[in-house]
Amino acid sequence: MKARVHVMLKNGVLDPQGEAVRHALGAMGFDQVEGVRQGKVIDLELAAGATEADITEMCEKLLANTVIERYEIELV
Amino acid sequence: MRAAVIVFPGSNCDRDLAVAFEQAGFQVDMVWHKDAALPEGIDIVGVPGGFSYGDYLRCGAIAAQSPICKAVVEHANRGGYAVGVCNGFQILTETGVLPGALLRNAGLKYICKTVGLKVETSDSAFTQGYNAGDVIGIPIAHHDGNYFADDTTLAALRDQDRIAFTYTENPNGSVGDIAGILSENRRVLGMMPHPERAADDGHGGTDGTALFRALSGVLAPA
Repeated sequence: MKARVHVMLKNGVLDPQGEAVRHALGAMGFDQVEGVRQGKVIDLELAAGATEADITEMCEKLLANTVIERYEIELV
Repeated sequence: MRAAVIVFPGSNCDRDLAVAFEQAGFQVDMVWHKDAALPEGIDIVGVPGGFSYGDYLRCGAIAAQSPICKAVVEHANRGGYAVGVCNGFQILTETGVLPGALLRNAGLKYICKTVGLKVETSDSAFTQGYNAGDVIGIPIAHHDGNYFADDTTLAALRDQDRIAFTYTENPNGSVGDIAGILSENRRVLGMMPHPERAADDGHGGTDGTALFRALSGVLAPA
């Protein structure tokens, strides 16, 4: 079983790296870019029997810092 | 008086912190991150700066799950004293001992320089050697020192006089210019600037010395 976890900064939390990417894209002439948010993708390879609840616990305890980040779990 | 300084793979201020404690009269035990318990009779735990676990995932996130950090959290929950400096502050927020989080500096650059810190409260074992309103010079050296907390948390920090230090000129985008905060019981301090790097004449400044001296004043056996 595989799962993919997307971790993004919450809305309202400043993302200086995303801003830097936005500036760079603008400087390259991509004027259509109005905003960039940068996040993480974490792929998990899981033994049979792992549940979505297990992955949620992993996210809450380690993979995301829920003070500043939100996460989405995708089973693949 | 005994202090424990935690050593993670990637810690690089552990010896500086130990020397600062020793100069204030503490006997210091260096404690490896894989140990599951603190030595008996520890009066204060120091969580040092550095790049524990290479800052992988998030600064301090993996260190916060190490065996010794469970013991540090238990120590703090029992009312024990602890101080986290720089990466140590990041680790203490990741464990939940201190609220909020440290984000990437707003200017994206790693910053290493001495900054002005305003002492916001002298009401703690860490800051009673200063007067509220004092401005001291302490070095910072971080890439992820941009303190963030939600409005509710910030209001609580302000209402409870738990902001220990603010920057006189905000270097990193921290909300409310916050450089260091106290736990609710005022016995845990987290701060991004390095008082242990301003604790010897050879450092070019000794404004951090008063912090360690104040601690020894509080923790010395009667």
